[in-house]
Amino acid sequence: MKPFTYERAKSPAEAAASAARIDGAKFVAGGTNLLDLMKLQIETPKHLIDVNGLSLDRIEPTPDGGLRIGALVRNTDLAADRRIRRDYALLSRALLAGASGQLRNKATTAGNLLQRTRCPYFCDTNQPCNKRQPGSGCAAVDGINRQHAVIGSSDSCIATNPSDMAVAMRVLDATVETVRPDGGTRKISIADLHRLPGDTPQIETTLARGELITGVTLPKPLGGTHIYRKVRDRASYAFALVSVGAIVHRDGTGRVAVGGIAHKPWRVEAAEAEMPRGTKAVAARLLDGAKPAKENAFKLTLVERTLGAVLTAAKG
Amino acid sequence: MPKSSNFEMSRRNLLLGTATSVALGAVWRKAYAQGSADNAARAPVVASEAPSLGQVSIRVNGVQHDLAVDTRMTLLDALREHLHLTGTKKGCDHGQCGACTVIVDGRRINSCLTLAVMHQGDDVTTIEGLGTPEHMHPMQAAFVEYDGYQCGYCTSGQICSAVAVLDEVKSGIPSHVTDDLNADPQLTNIELRERMSGNICRCGAYSNIAEAIAEVAGRPT
Repeated sequence: MKPFTYERAKSPAEAAASAARIDGAKFVAGGTNLLDLMKLQIETPKHLIDVNGLSLDRIEPTPDGGLRIGALVRNTDLAADRRIRRDYALLSRALLAGASGQLRNKATTAGNLLQRTRCPYFCDTNQPCNKRQPGSGCAAVDGINRQHAVIGSSDSCIATNPSDMAVAMRVLDATVETVRPDGGTRKISIADLHRLPGDTPQIETTLARGELITGVTLPKPLGGTHIYRKVRDRASYAFALVSVGAIVHRDGTGRVAVGGIAHKPWRVEAAEAEMPRGTKAVAARLLDGAKPAKENAFKLTLVERTLGAVLTAAKG
Repeated sequence: MPKSSNFEMSRRNLLLGTATSVALGAVWRKAYAQGSADNAARAPVVASEAPSLGQVSIRVNGVQHDLAVDTRMTLLDALREHLHLTGTKKGCDHGQCGACTVIVDGRRINSCLTLAVMHQGDDVTTIEGLGTPEHMHPMQAAFVEYDGYQCGYCTSGQICSAVAVLDEVKSGIPSHVTDDLNADPQLTNIELRERMSGNICRCGAYSNIAEAIAEVAGRPT
């Protein structure tokens, strides 16, 4: 690990100001992804701003019937919250499908949203990677790419976003709240938080330099049947090959997003309009424009079949 | 085989990373103790990347410690190198194996993926704090009774994790395999296996580990 200086932040605004002022600064909360990457020298911050002392660890009702989740609420606590389990079961299910008990106890809501890809070439400093070292090339395009993206990718990068939680939040139309270095705040729709790679895969989100996530707001409950189906190489503690998060109503309408196939949670509202017409129609719209790599065309079939299983299960 | 070459690469990185952090830890500790510039210069860092020190007050197994640590030092290395509590093991050092599991403020975590300086005021319980050879914790006794290990390297992590799992079930925290999210979870075998998936046992003592935990869970408290 490269040496770094360390500070304990006193307030969200001070943390943001500090991150903008100090070159090479990074926030640390749970640290489960950042520390892992620092040991491999994929992340080499010069300064760490520990935000754990900020009081951002509560889940509170909002005036319009939703919930505001503090940025530091741990994945375990979010999944176990009675209101989340009852009204946003999709989110509980997605969280519980991710990582291990130990990691969920540490990992935070904001940190989960900002976790880096698990592309093995990103994680290996001996390999070219446009995300890790812009301009160096992408070893995954012609490499071992069974795990990689099948849609929304570019010639520069075919990495996927590994988060389960983000897939559920995308279905729920969550809003991300931030504080900026000048102390101002803003709200970002979850749909606009994560970027597609394009020619700049190193820029993963629309957050500005120093901008700190302070919380995530969920709109009022949508009702319906909530299902998160994750398909992976082993039954526990593995990243998704494909995951499907859905809310399905009695009349067959609903919402769906897919994980494990793109640089961001993949949701196509036009595909949801096809839900009453069944799996094939939804999958066709959802995967329109897909460009699988050499080893991962199976994901297109897997998405359709997983979606089919989810829609069948939703009928009860 | 593509899969195995991937594994080789990550294993090499892993071994390199582990060796570096151990070497740094040892050299820095010596240099710090002796104030010797000569020893400090042997650390594989350049002058512009000089190590930074941080202070942390931490309670471990009921004893308060004030430590000056390299900011890079993980909680795991602080426990082992500073406090000589070597019951907690370093396996993968990347949060994948669970050998380093300790209980911090009542929650099990991977001590390899957290910095010591991030634990100001925290209360840590390691395997040494759960019980002693003379007065074993019920979970330790059950692991002995049911042969919940072979080589023993993962055992302290397994036991710390298992103790915390029983608390998680008691406090109603659901898991991936819990059927009804709105009911209190039960500690069935399938629940137990899911909840213990962050602890790898290379010897494959899983079924005995599961029996040991079930035994403790079933005892009236």
